[in-house]
Amino acid sequence: MAHFPKPSEGSWTEHFEIDTEPVSYADSISPEFYEQERDAIFRRTWLNVGRVEQLPRKGSYFTRELDAAGASVIVVRGTDGEVRAFHNVCRHRGNKLVWDDYPREETKGTCRAFTCKYHAWRYDLEGKLAFVQQESEFFGIDKSEYGLLAVQAEVWEGFVFVNLDPENTTPLREYLGRFAHGIEGYPFHKLTQVHKYRAEIGSNWKLFIDAFAEFYHAPILHSGQYTAGEAAKIKKYGYEALSYDIDGPHSMVSSWGGIAPPKEKAMVKPIERALRSGLFGPWDAPDIGMSTEELPPAINPTRSKVWGMDTFVFFPNFMLLIWRPNWVLTYHYWPTSYNTHIFEGTCYFVPPQNAFQRLQQELAAVSFKEYGLQDGNTLEATQTMLESRTVDAFPLCDQEVLLRHLHSTAQSYVRRHQQRRSETPATAS
Amino acid sequence: MANVFPAEFAELEPFADWAIHGERARYAKRISSTMEELQAFYDVAFPLLEKGTSYLEKVSLDGIGDEDKHLLWAFCSLVTIAFPVEAWGQPRVPDSGPASIDAVVEPAV
Ligand code: FES
Ligand SMILES: [Fe+2]
Repeated sequence: MAHFPKPSEGSWTEHFEIDTEPVSYADSISPEFYEQERDAIFRRTWLNVGRVEQLPRKGSYFTRELDAAGASVIVVRGTDGEVRAFHNVCRHRGNKLVWDDYPREETKGTCRAFTCKYHAWRYDLEGKLAFVQQESEFFGIDKSEYGLLAVQAEVWEGFVFVNLDPENTTPLREYLGRFAHGIEGYPFHKLTQVHKYRAEIGSNWKLFIDAFAEFYHAPILHSGQYTAGEAAKIKKYGYEALSYDIDGPHSMVSSWGGIAPPKEKAMVKPIERALRSGLFGPWDAPDIGMSTEELPPAINPTRSKVWGMDTFVFFPNFMLLIWRPNWVLTYHYWPTSYNTHIFEGTCYFVPPQNAFQRLQQELAAVSFKEYGLQDGNTLEATQTMLESRTVDAFPLCDQEVLLRHLHSTAQSYVRRHQQRRSETPATAS
Repeated sequence: MANVFPAEFAELEPFADWAIHGERARYAKRISSTMEELQAFYDVAFPLLEKGTSYLEKVSLDGIGDEDKHLLWAFCSLVTIAFPVEAWGQPRVPDSGPASIDAVVEPAV
């Protein structure tokens, strides 16, 4: 039974002119395809590496290990207040410039200059080489030629992105497109209370995006979120989105959300009743300076009265979830091989004013973790069976339209990149 | 011996070892506990949470005192163990096998 209207074509999938054939998932089980994705996608698109709040002062910095792009970057706020990014490579003999104790682990801090642990070459916050140990021993070295290699860095609504392709000419905002434009003005800067989680997942990175880009699974896999009687009702009801949308490589799904607060308290578990909070967030939405009706136009795009949350998938690996009770969740998927990746989930709340609000937020964050654990383990089971190659044609339903879009986008990036490479004459190496 | 919790929450004193800072440590204690242990803590702490709403609403996080901090952390532990008690019937998330999701950034209090 249809609860929400679909486009005139009869389905979202046909509306977006995506084919409706079964998909093979070959793009998620092949080491070769993953190598192509690294080059075509992770070395060439804008990647979200953090928030400006992580760089509160001049000299604040953090590093990011971008395994899929084969890079480590330093992101730093300069003496002029600008956010910049550099390859984390010392120009003398290639030591990793910024790290603590374990070279493969990320780090953060505040400093006035970056000094290499090996021979003490020093770089200022703008990446200029400022000091060379025993400079006179070198052969007329020109320090201005040995600054840190810059990586393009831009900020959208407080989210810091880098692009490792020196030839990239698409500004961040243009790349992020229509959805980003329509989200602008949302008061992300007021949501500074952060709970961040990290997990190593035994699946291809796209499979976890799949799990979070459809809610067809939610009434089944996560039925424990409801009391038993409610779980049965909800299973019967199933899941339908309010709407889906696609813009270039990016996509979004808008969802109803009858559970924050629930229509009937009997729907939810005792702890949720006691704390007036749950997976959908604290029921008492904090003031963010705008009402639900005043939210920027890309949020709740159908202006539905039963709207609960929107999920934006910014290609390749950044998801932004905006919830009706004025909080935000982000997901990142950082591939480490064709069948492993690191998942990060970060909750952003308005800072709590008292211990009760703090507990309401704790319940929302912990609920996300509980259900994320179910999702995460399901993925390893999926990955191993896909790799068995027993089956290679999987039918996806209309509520899984964003999955088709994600996989076909990754494939077209790889295809176009190969075309470009075969068109450029090979240079001697 | 000094109180761990504010006097109004004296019934929690036998469960002072649940006043743990950090979700990671709270979760570790949850999965190394038996269901009987979780249930015993829940049975005492849950009614106190229900009764304690107006008290907790008056506790400001700026300059929070030690007893209130312990109370907040014990109730954070209650949040963590509510899932096994109210939903899963076991300390671990069902079907989560060896998977783990670890807190890497958390509020100071
Ligand atoms: S490698 Fe950095 S100073 Fe020598
Ligand atoms: Fe899920």
